[in-house]
Amino acid sequence: MSTELVPLAFLMWAVTYPSRAVGLLAPALERLPRRALEYLQLVGPAILAALAAVNTVIATGDDGRAFIVVGVAWIAVAVCIALVYWRRSLLLGLLAAVAIAVAGRAVGLN
Amino acid sequence: MGAVGFGFVYGLTARTRAAFSPIEASAMSLVAFGGAAQFAAIGYLVAGVSWPAIAVLTLLLNARHVLYSAALAPWFRGRSLPERAVAAHFLTDESFALSVAHFRRIGRFDPVGYWYPAIVATMIPWNIATLLGVTVGAAIVEPRKLGIDVIFPAAMGGLAVGLITGRRELAAAIAGALIGVAVSLAVSATAGVIAGGVVGPLIGLAIPPGEEA
Repeated sequence: MSTELVPLAFLMWAVTYPSRAVGLLAPALERLPRRALEYLQLVGPAILAALAAVNTVIATGDDGRAFIVVGVAWIAVAVCIALVYWRRSLLLGLLAAVAIAVAGRAVGLN
Repeated sequence: MGAVGFGFVYGLTARTRAAFSPIEASAMSLVAFGGAAQFAAIGYLVAGVSWPAIAVLTLLLNARHVLYSAALAPWFRGRSLPERAVAAHFLTDESFALSVAHFRRIGRFDPVGYWYPAIVATMIPWNIATLLGVTVGAAIVEPRKLGIDVIFPAAMGGLAVGLITGRRELAAAIAGALIGVAVSLAVSATAGVIAGGVVGPLIGLAIPPGEEA
């Protein structure tokens, strides 16, 4: 059984723990510039949205070139996002997304 | 319930999308213990992002914990250093939201009010569900037929929505998505994700702060 990614888990912990601990162990956070704190607050939505978009609309060909792919995943992801916004339930959104993808492919969509 | 469902989906996706072994998926859930960052790492690995770059992206994605940690600090005043050091490892979106709501309600720190949501309601179910998900995922031959390939982008989109509290966050998310796609087409998917995550917030900062969404 592969353990190749275990060190990556520790690496991710090593870069995450300080951000979790800084306020609790060294409460001098107010020294950080306000602009830096505002930037940090916006990183989460931006990076997650980038991951969602790239993994929904981009595919990579055998030659390594990226291209836009249109498929039922667009609808599935959009419905998930709408449901999470409306019902505040990620699980509900994911279930709907999977159901749409299964149904769409059953009728021949990509 | 959220930790159970999402942990299961994480394990399933880690296995079907990036071929994580049960040990690797469990190590992520036990050691890194950061839902969104763990999910994102699957995408980075599939896209061929290097480990140092994954570390930087994880740091950026989890940087919001700085804000949680600072907000919790006044409640933990007077608690021992070892307790605060261990508490930091269990600081997640869920444990922060539940414990701060509890402290505000009762007007003081309550050890059970932190440790119960952090460990019993989040850490334990998250890890058990991860193991279940990665085990079930190993038995799935055609994940695309079962719609499992859409779970990852849908989860990322849903998690992004959960972090949007105002128009700046919304602008950062939209910019991140558009920049991510554009740079992916021009350079590579890896560069697209990094560019979206780093430049998107700058666009958000350009928007004047407004009312909460």
